[in-house]
Amino acid sequence: MIERDPDVSPELVAAHGLKPDEYARILALIGRKPSFTELGIFSAMWNEHCSYKSSRLHLRRLPTKAPWVIQGPGENAGVIDIGDGEACIFKMESHNHPSFIEPFQGAATGVGGILRDVFTMGARPVACLNLLRFGAPEHPRTRHLVAGVVAGIGGYGNSFGVPTVGGATNFHKGYDGNILVNAMAVGIARTDEIFYAKATGVGNPIVYLGSKTGRDGIHGATMASAAFEADAEAKRPTVQVGDPFTEKLLLEACLELMRTGAVVAIQDMGAAGLTSSAVEMGAKGDLGIELDLDAVPCREIGMSAYEMLLSESQERMLMVLDPAKEAEAEAVFRKWGLDFAIIGKTTDTLRFVVKHKGEIKADLPIKELGDAAPLYDRPHVAAPKKPKLSPVEVAAPIPNSEALARLIATPDLCSKRWIYEQYDHLILGNTAQPPGGDAAVIRIGDGPKGLALTTDVTQRYCEADPYEGGKQAVAEAWRNLTAVGALPLAATDNLNFGNPEKPEIMGQFVGCIEGIGEACRALDFPIVSGNVSLYNESSGRAIPPTPAIGGVGLLNDASRTASLSIKRPGDKILLIGTTEGWLGQSLYLREICGLENGAPPPVDLSAEKRNGDFLRGLIANRAVTAAHDVSDGGLAIALAEMAMAGGIGATIAAPASLPAHAFLFGEDQARYIVTAAADKAEAIRNEAENAGVACEIIGLTGGDTLTLGAGIAILLADLMRAHEAWLPDYMAGVKF
Amino acid sequence: MKAAIILFPGSNREGDAFRAISAACGEPIIVWHGQTELPAGTDLVVLPGGFSYGDYLRCGAIAARAPIMEAVRDHAVRGGLVLGICNGLQILVESGLLPGVLMRNARMRFVCRMQHLKVERTDTPFTSQYEQGQVIKVAIAHGEGNYEADSETIARLEGAGRVAFRYCDSRGVVGGAANPNGSTNDIAGIYSENFNVLGLMPHPENLIDPLVGGTDGRGLFESLAAFGKAA
Repeated sequence: MIERDPDVSPELVAAHGLKPDEYARILALIGRKPSFTELGIFSAMWNEHCSYKSSRLHLRRLPTKAPWVIQGPGENAGVIDIGDGEACIFKMESHNHPSFIEPFQGAATGVGGILRDVFTMGARPVACLNLLRFGAPEHPRTRHLVAGVVAGIGGYGNSFGVPTVGGATNFHKGYDGNILVNAMAVGIARTDEIFYAKATGVGNPIVYLGSKTGRDGIHGATMASAAFEADAEAKRPTVQVGDPFTEKLLLEACLELMRTGAVVAIQDMGAAGLTSSAVEMGAKGDLGIELDLDAVPCREIGMSAYEMLLSESQERMLMVLDPAKEAEAEAVFRKWGLDFAIIGKTTDTLRFVVKHKGEIKADLPIKELGDAAPLYDRPHVAAPKKPKLSPVEVAAPIPNSEALARLIATPDLCSKRWIYEQYDHLILGNTAQPPGGDAAVIRIGDGPKGLALTTDVTQRYCEADPYEGGKQAVAEAWRNLTAVGALPLAATDNLNFGNPEKPEIMGQFVGCIEGIGEACRALDFPIVSGNVSLYNESSGRAIPPTPAIGGVGLLNDASRTASLSIKRPGDKILLIGTTEGWLGQSLYLREICGLENGAPPPVDLSAEKRNGDFLRGLIANRAVTAAHDVSDGGLAIALAEMAMAGGIGATIAAPASLPAHAFLFGEDQARYIVTAAADKAEAIRNEAENAGVACEIIGLTGGDTLTLGAGIAILLADLMRAHEAWLPDYMAGVKF
Repeated sequence: MKAAIILFPGSNREGDAFRAISAACGEPIIVWHGQTELPAGTDLVVLPGGFSYGDYLRCGAIAARAPIMEAVRDHAVRGGLVLGICNGLQILVESGLLPGVLMRNARMRFVCRMQHLKVERTDTPFTSQYEQGQVIKVAIAHGEGNYEADSETIARLEGAGRVAFRYCDSRGVVGGAANPNGSTNDIAGIYSENFNVLGLMPHPENLIDPLVGGTDGRGLFESLAAFGKAA
């Protein structure tokens, strides 16, 4: 049977997501009409997801360097030096579109993909985190999406055998038609045993490893680069199917193979599959690549070159091997029961040549496939700044005790136990601070060092003021790491936005990047890896701008940490940072007053740094018994969380200088609550004063009640019941 | 105490078991599932937690038929010690070394949390370092831990005192909300007829360090070490 490739028509070009000017660029580059297979390759390499064509220009402005950064953006993941010859390798990536279409597999393969990015570089994964955004709870799809995504994340990570130690989940109608599933993976490697994608040596074998190639996920990356219309469901075949069992075998086989010294270069097959991995390896090494697709292990018969090149079947790797160690390498993979096939070689032609059944299906300039991808300076407009709301402008519609009881049981502030108990967060036996605190803490190997890990963003701030919101996302991650006593070292970003062709969306993107960059510079917290997810829109409506930040911090001694739970009665409660009662864009305003307006709280980065550095010193000296950052819901929620975690009450006084609701629920930044032994509190306050840090003693721990000034006294047991009940009740269908 | 940990494709808590056994009993040997013999002089065989063969077909079913399992069975018949943790218990019931089955959790979801257990008896090689009725805190992490058997088997297990641990709350009250998976009679672990084989769903190997939740899991490994010394 002779198979014929379709003719490349303008309709076919458009169906590949390539604009007419982009197609003209292809014609100019290769001087002829591309073949069907070549069109597929260009579409895979030049879509937004792979080429970053709308974002590249702005991403360059992010700080990516520090003395401890070994590898910044551009490789499979970022790498930082954590001392003693050890490196931490990490990255966050989105799987938004697939997870909306097919929540279980979409989320599962999101986890699988990010784990591969980390172990491709030679690291053993030690932790996963995630950041999830769902639509309004009352939206008919939300419950199904939550159930599927959580089961998918757990299903993959639990079986693979990595603890999922942290995350951030909330709900807003802005995500009704386009949820966010951002997964972060963290691994540890020796600094002198890190593997890169750059191929070297002419004539070296290119080896295909892992699962067989099927027809799943063809054009997944192209799908992820387009907005959703009403036909989202029909895109199901573009979603890949995950197999964590094979991934676990692939991990063990890769790490074993790396120890033999046979690996010259390695790249996982993620978005755009074989095409993207082969081109990247060649282009980075200034080498050509020649592939013979007849040798590719296939799951289905009769696959065309086009399908093999664009399949996003999971759990696959591409390696350049030292030819002298080929047999040794093959034996390792056979032992683990995985496919191993030599499918090509490196060349000195700088061409990407693909052969199939004796025919040359593609012959393209390899460097230009990446370097010559379109680069857009898209028009952007900044939204007008919103006015600051003064505390007195916001009347309290209900008594503060009722507001607290309601807030603690809202979808955003309720306990996420229903979610994290479905993730194995204890495997590997190093989880020193499990989910539920400010940042997770894991011990590194047998210690004494530890890593603190967190994911954060407050999208309502970003929507109201992208610049301040971008700053705040970084500051919050930095603060969460600090609150457990860690020194924040670096971050990964996952920039989720709408359609960049709309100037106001591009304006959000540019504003957030500017804020992120500013905060990262001020806090010495470079971005070392990341992912951009654009076109998060459904039926023309964009999601709120959501630049997720995944932060990594180091503890020299994992036992010198602080957790948020109140440890004993009789400790003094101290508030670090300045409280003005900022209610603009607060959860109180949204949930209690039904308003989403005003300017978000500004972040004073020098106060942020001063206050955080001060707290970190206290924790290192074991001067505090608990610490917690003050964020969503303000002081009252932060203190309630501390009391609930410890099962011990607290009493604080409210100052007369502010309306009580503004003091309790305002979301002023750069603040922490700490507890300390009663006889040490005064010394801490004096020390703070000397360091120029605002710090006040505001109360005392103890009892079975949370008492917040006059007028609020709630039994801890009632608070806990409300806090724990919302999510399980909702998922059981008791609510909505 | 010479211990061997069997490594199946998809095992993932073998490192956790390795650490706990090393601390109490000395460094164990890792044995690949494709081998057909245990190292000479093996006293204790450990089947670790994980998702052997991806839990495909039925959890534990494929691993129960792995080449090494014949040697494990012979070892158990000779009176050798076998400890199956989580997926290890699933493999033990699939290979006929322990009775019953592990069904999906009653709530149909994977569950990972700290869990209290009641130690039912202390006159076995696995529990001598605990107190009778002691409440210990260990980890659980499973989707299929709902232990079931026909009523005759349950009666036989109960009659012979072969229930090793039961799910309870922090005060030692057995059952109710403290049962994480719907397991019959709140069973968390069972012994073989001669008490030389123990299979349990929870993970004592994850509770051996004050920094990571506590040290209540140590007792099991210290009991094995004490048994080895006495033998």
